[in-house]
Amino acid sequence: MALSVPANVHAPGGLGSLLGRLARSREATLAGVVVVLGLLVWLEAPSFLSSTNLISVTSLTAIVAIAAVGEALVIITKNIDLSVESTMGLVAFVVAVVLKDDNVPVAEAWAIGIGLGLALGMVNGIVITIFRVPSIVATLGTLSIYRGLTYLVANGREITNSDLPAGYTDPSSQTFFGVPLFVLLAIAVVIVAALALRYTVFGRAVYAVGSNEEAAATIGVRARSTVFLVFAVSGMLAGVAGVLWGIQFGQLYASSASGESLAVIAAVVVGGVSISGGSGTVIGAAIGALFLGLINNALVVLNLPQEWLNVIYGAVILLAVATDALIQVQALRARARSRQR
Amino acid sequence: MTHDPGAASVKPDLSPATTDVSVPAGGSSVGTVSRALGALSAIARIELFLVVILIVLVWWGVQLSPFFLTGPNFGFSSQAVMEISIMALAMTPIIITGEIDLSVESMVGLSSCVLGWLWASGVPLEAGIPIVLMVGVAGGLFNGVIVTRLGLPSLVVTLATYALFRGLAHVVLGSTVISNFPTGFTDFGFGYVPGTFVPWTLLVFLLLAIVAVALVHGTWIGRQVFAVGKNKDASRYSGVRVGALKTGLFAVSGLVAAFAGIILTSRTSTASPDNGLNMTLAVVTIAVLGGVDINGGKGTVPGVILAVFILGTLKSALTQAGVSTDYQNVAIGLLLIVSVIAPQLARQSRVFVDRVRLGRRPPTRAPAPGEVVR
Repeated sequence: MALSVPANVHAPGGLGSLLGRLARSREATLAGVVVVLGLLVWLEAPSFLSSTNLISVTSLTAIVAIAAVGEALVIITKNIDLSVESTMGLVAFVVAVVLKDDNVPVAEAWAIGIGLGLALGMVNGIVITIFRVPSIVATLGTLSIYRGLTYLVANGREITNSDLPAGYTDPSSQTFFGVPLFVLLAIAVVIVAALALRYTVFGRAVYAVGSNEEAAATIGVRARSTVFLVFAVSGMLAGVAGVLWGIQFGQLYASSASGESLAVIAAVVVGGVSISGGSGTVIGAAIGALFLGLINNALVVLNLPQEWLNVIYGAVILLAVATDALIQVQALRARARSRQR
Repeated sequence: MTHDPGAASVKPDLSPATTDVSVPAGGSSVGTVSRALGALSAIARIELFLVVILIVLVWWGVQLSPFFLTGPNFGFSSQAVMEISIMALAMTPIIITGEIDLSVESMVGLSSCVLGWLWASGVPLEAGIPIVLMVGVAGGLFNGVIVTRLGLPSLVVTLATYALFRGLAHVVLGSTVISNFPTGFTDFGFGYVPGTFVPWTLLVFLLLAIVAVALVHGTWIGRQVFAVGKNKDASRYSGVRVGALKTGLFAVSGLVAAFAGIILTSRTSTASPDNGLNMTLAVVTIAVLGGVDINGGKGTVPGVILAVFILGTLKSALTQAGVSTDYQNVAIGLLLIVSVIAPQLARQSRVFVDRVRLGRRPPTRAPAPGEVVR
């Protein structure tokens, strides 16, 4: 089915009003849903808008959002990266281990972590573009390989706050003009990625490869280098997310960040990036992360059973992709009708 | 019988017996024989490769321990992989049609929890097991209907139900674990056929494997599976009900995953929301290692059965070598990637050998559909 039509391109004319265009924009709709949902939760549980709760929920969301930006790039090229959670876990653990065992300066440890993430992403990219392994198979493999490496590094140990430099976890609760530091970082990442996607050759290549790889290659887009690059970027951003994960929790196990790939991919899909490639934005992915973070937090502040979290995640993903499919089928029909007239 | 890249298989082929040696053709016997030989040589390539790997692994295991090649070890280590093996049989036709089912491991957890919950609330197992199997069918139908009716990619849909089913498992059982199952039930997962070292579950797997070989390689259903995987639109125009076929395959996958959940519950005597975690990786690994193309259209059930024994032997040998389960996943992940890379390297080296021998450049264009690549 022709479901890869970008949601914000169809139906020129018609309802040309700003409101109509906003309603059709996935990002705006989702942002509206986030605001309404946030208000409902706040009415039910005023503690939701307390500054400690807001900082903790948005900091966690920022971590997922940064990883989701990388995942969005990958999914726009019609690939998938299932290994982000293992990259995050391995990076978080390695950073903590070099801080504890080798006493390297904090900034150097962070650089090691981000570099490690980049390297792991490049390994994915090499397996996928040079050895031509489909990305779902390649990253399903590295999902367990990277996790296994974390167990090797951990060797039965776990890292606690006392193993880390004093005040290591402070940045996770610090704010700058009222905005948590992690959120500022996430916003910066989203802006850079959004600008790169929109205004650079690389960005256009990402969409071109995702829409039609062969056609893109025919008109001179270097498809394989583009795919390699998005996996490298995804690994690097997962590395950043892993570093932040360590700062946020200060307590690390070999299994840290398990299950986060699902949250990251869910954020991207809910944010309107089509899994069939070629359409979607990183801003949408970031708002998707915010939406899921909000639901997660709502269960906590409303004292609802945490067991429902995965059920809600699953239902929300299904709802988002199903709505997309229905809207696009209707848009195609509407366009066919207007052409007949 | 196979759709190996080397076999000269052409487009969706709905005529009987051209893709399958096990179906006697009504026509000329000479044609059948030559076709059978052609198919046999095509199988030999990938399956022979798997047999060689298996022999090497067994040899390695024997080096590690003199007890490796004994009945008790065989029984014990085959038992440990039976749940994933049974699910791999159902996953094979799904991947051949170009789809995937990532939700199987969560269905294992859900079915295990439903069984435990029913048992804990006083429902006898004779009634509980059919209910659990129906839950599996319902979950599979849910996947299939959403994939086919809404035209959504199965990757996303089953990723969503992967979360959904696991979440429901937690909702059903909370954080409790049920483990007071009757011995009559746990004997099925833990016991052996009297007087042998063959676990009951291995017997079940072999029976299901025979059914799978017959269905995929010997019936119109199997031919439709390959046809859809090679060209969905062409098969639809040829009268294949693509939606119904895929929905059916997902329903079977759900049913089999629920059955695997029952076996796991029986073998470990535990119903827990965490049952089956990380099994999807192993299931997909078995299918891909067995030569099933993740892009659809190619694969054989005998290859998958060989891959089951390779994975079982590898896990057993690693255990003998003192490698814990956490690290074993590294080996399985590597195996998954290598099993995709190796046949490609083999093909490329053939091209290279040809070039050296004939002083010819390799073809720079992609082979046309049905073209024989040597």
